[in-house]
Amino acid sequence: MKNKKMSGKSSFRTLAKTLRYAKHRKVQIAFAALFAIISTASTLYIPILIGKAIDCILETGVDFSSLADYFLQTAVFTGTAALCQWLMNVFINSAAYGIVESIRKDAMHKIQHLPLSHIDTHPHGDIVSRVTADVEQVCEGLVIGALQFFTGAVTIVGTLLIMLTINWIITLAVVVITPVSLVVANVIAKKTYSMFSQSTRIRGEQTALIDEAIGEQKTVQALGTEENFKERFETLNEDLRKSSQVAVFASSLVNPATRFVNSLVYAAVALTGGLVAISPGGSAITAGILSSLLAYANQYTKPFNEISGVIAELQNAIACASRVFEFLEEKEEESDSTLPELGESKGNIRFDNVSFSYEPERPLIENFFLDVKEGEHIAIVGPTGAGKSTLINLLIRFYDVTGGALCVDGSNIAEVTRKSLRSNYGMVLQDTWLRQGTVRDNIALGSPGASDKEITEAAKKARADHFIRKLSAGYDTVIGPGGATLSQGQAQLICIARVILQNPKILILDEATSSIDTRTEMKISSAMDEMMAGKTSFIVAHRLSTIQNADKILVMNNGSIVESGKHEELLQKGGFYSELYMSQFAI
Amino acid sequence: MKKLLKYMDGYKVQCVLGPIFKALEAIFELFIPLVVKNIIDVGIANSDKPYILKMVGLLVVLAVVGLSSTLVAQYFAARAACGFSAKLRSALFSHTQSLSYSELDTLGTSSLITRMTSDVNQVQNGVNMFLRLFSRSPFIVFGAMIMAARIDPKVTWIFAATIILLLIVVFSIMAITVPLHKKVQKKLEKTVLLTRENLAGVRVVRALSRENEEEANYNSYNSAMTKALNRAGKVSAIMNPLTYAIVNIGIIVLIWNGALSVEAGLISQGAVIALYNYMSQILIELVKLANLIVTVTKALASASRIENTLEEKNSLVYGNEEIKNGTVEFKNVSLKYKNGGEPAVSGISFCAYKGETIGIIGGTGSGKSTIVNMISRFYDASEGKILLDGKDIKDFSKESLREKIGVVPQRSVLFRGTVAQNMRMGAHGVSDEDILSGLKTAQAYDFIAERGGLEADVEGAGKNFSGGQKQRLCIARALIKKPEILILDDSTSALDFATDANLRKAIRELENSPTLFIVSQRAASVMYADKIIVLDRGEPVGMGTHKELLENCEVYKEIYYSQFRKEKEAAI
Repeated sequence: MKNKKMSGKSSFRTLAKTLRYAKHRKVQIAFAALFAIISTASTLYIPILIGKAIDCILETGVDFSSLADYFLQTAVFTGTAALCQWLMNVFINSAAYGIVESIRKDAMHKIQHLPLSHIDTHPHGDIVSRVTADVEQVCEGLVIGALQFFTGAVTIVGTLLIMLTINWIITLAVVVITPVSLVVANVIAKKTYSMFSQSTRIRGEQTALIDEAIGEQKTVQALGTEENFKERFETLNEDLRKSSQVAVFASSLVNPATRFVNSLVYAAVALTGGLVAISPGGSAITAGILSSLLAYANQYTKPFNEISGVIAELQNAIACASRVFEFLEEKEEESDSTLPELGESKGNIRFDNVSFSYEPERPLIENFFLDVKEGEHIAIVGPTGAGKSTLINLLIRFYDVTGGALCVDGSNIAEVTRKSLRSNYGMVLQDTWLRQGTVRDNIALGSPGASDKEITEAAKKARADHFIRKLSAGYDTVIGPGGATLSQGQAQLICIARVILQNPKILILDEATSSIDTRTEMKISSAMDEMMAGKTSFIVAHRLSTIQNADKILVMNNGSIVESGKHEELLQKGGFYSELYMSQFAI
Repeated sequence: MKKLLKYMDGYKVQCVLGPIFKALEAIFELFIPLVVKNIIDVGIANSDKPYILKMVGLLVVLAVVGLSSTLVAQYFAARAACGFSAKLRSALFSHTQSLSYSELDTLGTSSLITRMTSDVNQVQNGVNMFLRLFSRSPFIVFGAMIMAARIDPKVTWIFAATIILLLIVVFSIMAITVPLHKKVQKKLEKTVLLTRENLAGVRVVRALSRENEEEANYNSYNSAMTKALNRAGKVSAIMNPLTYAIVNIGIIVLIWNGALSVEAGLISQGAVIALYNYMSQILIELVKLANLIVTVTKALASASRIENTLEEKNSLVYGNEEIKNGTVEFKNVSLKYKNGGEPAVSGISFCAYKGETIGIIGGTGSGKSTIVNMISRFYDASEGKILLDGKDIKDFSKESLREKIGVVPQRSVLFRGTVAQNMRMGAHGVSDEDILSGLKTAQAYDFIAERGGLEADVEGAGKNFSGGQKQRLCIARALIKKPEILILDDSTSALDFATDANLRKAIRELENSPTLFIVSQRAASVMYADKIIVLDRGEPVGMGTHKELLENCEVYKEIYYSQFRKEKEAAI
């Protein structure tokens, strides 16, 4: 739950947003409401029938025929109530699950259309927990909320009406006393709130410590610093024990307290009912009626009781909903559906006075010019943080330039659709992204509709056919989480096959081989050469040995290009590049 | 759960008193219908106003006494539950710290964290609810039945039949829904997996313009989950209406029998109302009991997971010897990991003398780290012998192994706090000067000075440092305790070549000249070592100096020339 208490206004706004999703479920909700009314009304009518039945039982003689009649009615209403209650539940569930499905659907749409800057700067775990755990809470809140709302409202109104028709004095007694239970619950909830937030805070601290100590247990042991962590843990653990003991106890007060108030209501009904019954002219109240009244008093207080029981859950649901909507309301990438398509590119690329920064106050790339001809191989080298991957991000429009223009075959890439631009690129990244699925599906990921023959062809060119055939089910082997595991090199070969099959004009290799050892790299280098032949290629590399054959090497440092040229030229020049290169042979 | 009960020691009194007070509360509640019966049968029948007042007063007294016993019961329950869970967490934490790498691998750190947080919370909830409710429900259910029997013994069978029927309904619906909910859980896991996949692979998805396909794929699982949810919901929704209907039918039968008894002059009209009230109480209580059972089942599942964790024993036994010199010898050593089929390394023999530098090189997964992990005794060799200073590694104390062997693992780990705190982690009470000189050797002094020196902040997981900076800080941390043996396990991979070279030079110039192990994929990092061990798929394929290996080791040659292409051409 959020530590910060939400203001009433913002919770109301969140509720309104949730209800907007409910609009498409009007039919289910209407049915749920209808069945709620029928079932609650029947439920409420039954005590009257039983009261009347009891009145048939007099010590002076029992009216068995009326009794049978009342019981028949009771049975019919019981059946109706039970059936309608079930139907109501089914419709509420279906509406709530439907709403949740739409929310998740929108969330996935959002993930696909958020600017990359958002995804790069927000922890993925946080987004996943919003889309799954938080939405789950919202769902639970919706079901509980709807149930309470429908049945509670009908019950309260219905019991009041019935009690009024029976005896207004007793009703008045009930109405006056019941809100006391809400007040009591509220007072306790407020008082316990600070205790809870304290124990939540300590729990959070302890979880962070556990995360750190146990998550890095091997390091902790290697350093021999277990005692240090154990001490800190014990201090927090004792604090947590004390504070949670208080909080658990305090929170368990709400229910007994409201039940106590209910007992008082019950006693009040017994008192007024009894007194009215024996007062002169009070013969209007029989034992049966008193019993019905007592039953109604119980019924009437139940919704209050239940609402106080689930209030924490509802608050939690609203807090979660606000996190979900915060995510759903993130700004998406600008729509480009009105822009023209790029068409098939030849592979000429120009950076024209490009500047870019992730944060406005920290300029990264400034006044960047570069002209790349069709089929040229450009290598980008430099230390971490020099801006190598940034250039790639701009090239494929994961990020938009903040100044200048980037043109492919003369058209500014900001003025064509992203899809048509990206269909001209093939990418091989450091992280080999394979999804749960067959080898075949993974190779054809970028070329839906490729024939089996084409897929095998591509795998052969990528030097991957050989090992794929050795897998348990060949091209139909399932890989990824829960499937067969591939070595880094094999996974990268599948990614290369994917790109070969796509056959794009422009290639981007972003640290494609940096998680593979150099010997394996040597072995897949012929596959890489095959893939790159005749294509405009950008190669970001950490290892100098992989980029020596490039047409042009861009040496980057602190966001700008400090040197450029061929390997030999740069070595002769004796600058930054040769310093990096020569350090391999130093000492 | 049984074995966990010892952590309940010290809370025995609370565990007994809690349920007793709860039972008291239930007993007081059971008197209420009797009092109401008297109001009707005596008070109203005789128009006895003082009697009615007296009885209503009794109702209030019952409520007050009931409330007080509840509060006492819940206080005891909260104390016992929170105390129990605190002891459990502490035991788990200590236990985890005592486990060796081998057990940590089997258990997995993320599952250990879950045990310590969410599982312990579940158990705490379960204990709390159990102490609060478990004595109450049976008391009310059977108490109501007994009270009813006292009013009219003939109705006992009606109560018994209703209770049995209700129990059957509650348990069979639970039995049906549990597997349905498991199915939902599985579908949920798949959607979580897809969400993760799409976030992690966002660049690939967009580069391949697969946004729409990915959405469609997700949505198909999403709606399958909704269907499964609805199916489970339909079944669980039967519970309340059905129990309600059963109780109402029970009431009809009850009152009909009551009518017969009244007609026969056996009981009063008020007694019929009392019977009716007892039946209603049973219904309310059984619903609570069903919820309690769900919570307790969850708690028991968590408890058994915790138990399993606590049962995992550390397989390593240490001796008392101390490392004095730093000579390391492997004699035909193999290691097979617990869950792995093939041995990770086999047939490893070498000897490293004090002050020597040993390079270990090979591709990913060739077993390089496995070898150095055995030097620190994170794992025991499955076969062969490892000697430190000529004695069996098993005779050394844990403290000495940790103190005299400095390890810098592949993944650089820093902890929240300051730089100084991080540096002192392996070596308590070292002076600031020692730390600074360690930082200098590790080539980390400059950027730490830039950030304000030793008191500079380190964020969680060291995320305010770059990969290369983190590696250098971890190396400094290992250097500060002046180890006899220093192991750099591929811990310079993020450094540029120049810094890497400077670092190696600085380490070699250290006064105490530790025995140095360098694990790397880079030939440049190991080529000046006194001895290089070349590994391929867990087996040693060459050992010697750079020069020797270039002449007689095919794998080493391949590795070397894959990184120094030009020289090869020149050589040809």
